[in-house]
Amino acid sequence: MAVAALAGETDFDGWRKAARRFREAGVTPAEARFVVGGAGQGGLFDAPAEAPAGEGKPFAVPRAFVETAQSVILHRSDDRFDLLYRLLWRLRDAPDLMRVVSDRDVADALERAKNVSRASHKMKAFVRFRQVEDERGEAWVAWFEPAHRVLEMTAPFFARRFATMRWSILTPDGSAHWDGEALELGPPATRDMAPAEDEMEEFWRTYYASTFNPARLKTGAMRAEMPKRYWKNLPEAALIPELVAQSAVRTEAMVAAPAPEPNRRLEKTLSRLARDASFDEGFVPSTLEELDAAVQACRRCPLWRDATQGVCGAGPKKARLMIVGEQPGDQEDLAGRPFVGPAGRVLDAALEEAGIDRDEVFVTNAVKHFKHEPRGKRRLHRTPTTGEVSACRWWLDAERRLVKPKVILAMGATAGLGVLGRKPAVTKERGRPIPLSDGAAALLTVHPSYLLRIPDPAARAAERARFVADLEQARSLL
Amino acid sequence: MAQLDLRRKLSVLADAAKYDASCASSGTSKRDSSGGRGIGSTEGMGICHAYTPDGRCVSLLKILLTNFCIYDCAYCINRASSNVARARFSVDEVVRLTLEFYRRNYIEGLFLSSGIIRSGDYTMEQLVRVARTLREAHDFRGYIHLKLIPEADPKLVEEAGLYADRLSANIELPRDEALQRLAPQKDVGVIKKAMGQVRLKVEAARPEKRDRAKPPRFAPAGQSTQLIVGADGAPDTEILQRSASLYGGYGLRRVYYSAFSPIPDSSTALPLSKPPLMREHRLYQADWLMRFYGFSAPEIGEAATDGMLDLAVDPKLAWALNRRELFPVDVNAAPREMLLRVPGLGVKTVDRIVSVRRYRTLRLEDVARLCRSVDKVRPFITALDWTPGGLTDAVDLRARLAPERAPKQLSLF
Repeated sequence: MAVAALAGETDFDGWRKAARRFREAGVTPAEARFVVGGAGQGGLFDAPAEAPAGEGKPFAVPRAFVETAQSVILHRSDDRFDLLYRLLWRLRDAPDLMRVVSDRDVADALERAKNVSRASHKMKAFVRFRQVEDERGEAWVAWFEPAHRVLEMTAPFFARRFATMRWSILTPDGSAHWDGEALELGPPATRDMAPAEDEMEEFWRTYYASTFNPARLKTGAMRAEMPKRYWKNLPEAALIPELVAQSAVRTEAMVAAPAPEPNRRLEKTLSRLARDASFDEGFVPSTLEELDAAVQACRRCPLWRDATQGVCGAGPKKARLMIVGEQPGDQEDLAGRPFVGPAGRVLDAALEEAGIDRDEVFVTNAVKHFKHEPRGKRRLHRTPTTGEVSACRWWLDAERRLVKPKVILAMGATAGLGVLGRKPAVTKERGRPIPLSDGAAALLTVHPSYLLRIPDPAARAAERARFVADLEQARSLL
Repeated sequence: MAQLDLRRKLSVLADAAKYDASCASSGTSKRDSSGGRGIGSTEGMGICHAYTPDGRCVSLLKILLTNFCIYDCAYCINRASSNVARARFSVDEVVRLTLEFYRRNYIEGLFLSSGIIRSGDYTMEQLVRVARTLREAHDFRGYIHLKLIPEADPKLVEEAGLYADRLSANIELPRDEALQRLAPQKDVGVIKKAMGQVRLKVEAARPEKRDRAKPPRFAPAGQSTQLIVGADGAPDTEILQRSASLYGGYGLRRVYYSAFSPIPDSSTALPLSKPPLMREHRLYQADWLMRFYGFSAPEIGEAATDGMLDLAVDPKLAWALNRRELFPVDVNAAPREMLLRVPGLGVKTVDRIVSVRRYRTLRLEDVARLCRSVDKVRPFITALDWTPGGLTDAVDLRARLAPERAPKQLSLF
């Protein structure tokens, strides 16, 4: 039997040195013993003389083992040193052991490390400072009983959080003191060394009681996260029995209470504040502003439901050229303006190349709401159906009637459908002006987002040149 | 006397704020009070400083600046026509309570909302003033969550984002038609537009391009919203579809679901019954499936009956029972995406399985050590020494896996 004496319950360095020597000397887990304190006070390694020393070679262990061991040693279980030594021993033949988290010993160590980490987290949560005055002024003291020996590990958190406060945390394992500059660890303390109350605790209890909803009692969920072992040092926990006891009565009283008397005057005031969201299907807008407001209330198809807003056309009231796209995209839907996203940038560049000032063009879409499908944190574009395009022609027609453009350039098949009322064959019909019933001429071209999707650079450049040529043709017809 | 008044106000304005389920204090930028004039830190993980007997955590001082309100939303305790006690904090009172609570380690920070008084702009301006005072006058570095008043000027929203970690505007009712009926002064379009603006600003503040000057800070913990469950008749599938649409559209960190609960002096327009807590729980589970397990809202809806999720079993199990042809799955070979679909295997367990199987071929007892309860997993997997045989397709599998007493949504009163 080989025995090592450790300086304290959390003496990781002492354990490490001893364990290293044990393993080098070939001491099996069954033969190794670690004792805290004991006869050899202060001695880090107190192995009996007959333990053969320095027989093996120095060795390295995975970092994961050291990290886990540093946590596990803070666990209150008595056999934690033995578990760790068993792992260290087994690492000789299985260097990957720490990765095999399904192994019995590894799983056990990880579970204990998790308990320690949880105890540290609960300490961050459940320490309650009380104010004291001393010769140096205001200071803060807390009495706390951690589930595991996590004081030293957790104290720096409080130093970072309360850097400008002078505070002490007292526990049965030791104490931590912060003077605004340095953290100092001290001896174990007792409860009576901390103040018994604080004037803000009445406010805290008031808040705790008021934020509780008696209609949804779930004491199991509370106890799972705030175990009873912590209650005795939480000023608010004293209220729990009464809050629980009264919850049923309070809920019943809410339910049984008679309905409030209607207040006619108030109702009148409130109805004036109510917004009018009704949709008048027959309304014919006489300005672009009216049109915009009416589109926001539109219920001609269900696309409004998942869109942020209806996006109407933008541009001069009497533009000679109207450019029609398919529908607003993700960015347009948020911004409320057409062609501000990636396709808009393609369009802008092409317009410039074709010698057209975008400020003189009325840019709009065949469909005013963004049709899409949510996919995680993104929204994927979906092509609107013929029914949706037809429903939205009411608005496109209104824009055409109000703006009276001479030339309408429809980009893509959906835009063509919106302008012509039939689905055109864009590649066949492009380049040829199509007379419209209102006297304007329609031209067809591809949608700029199509250009974005062509993978081959040469093909993309060629298609883009055709797109610019279509824009130039539109300009020549003005 | 003044003290008593403040306590009374605290009682009224905490009571008025508690129906907002949001409590998160996580996911913001890392910072602490070292070298500063004040106190406060945020280190990634949120901290719940207490739990009330309703099982909800107390992380932030969640209060209203005032519960006076010119709106009359039927589901809300603070609606204009309610006879509840009214109160209003001054800016300094909120600042003082926040700091006094924080110093004693009661809270992670402040979650401040308000009834609408005078106008959206005025109300938002008041909220921003509290946050600005905490940050600038007191160098407070804890967490701040501000409620967004959707009608407020975009400039105020920008300022709010400068001081707050998180912003939120609540949609409240999954059905737009119901909002018109039950909250006639609210406009869902205005709320969505405000959320859209927040998304654009959060994206603009993300320091992606190295060569550019650091953009001004804007709500590093993003935005969230809340949907009330059980007030407007919307079934679960519709609620989940709504959530999917909100997550996709506005980059929300969270959608909170709040079971509609009886309130003091409640409106006759709404049913008074026990809050559907189990339904709320199932919706949270389904929400998790959408965010971390690769499920889409329609997929989760496949196993629903009349649009409602099964209350007796969790939504992943319900889905798997409905799609047994995809099981059993070999834990030693299946891709991660498929392991995530196995009932009883969480994200952490799946990651551990994927990592361990590079070194060892897993037996059932290994899987048992990696997950919470192997009984639930067993029918859906194969391992080195395990195959479920006929168990996967057993007719009574659902009955075997469902808890003995199916939790029913009892109407107690």
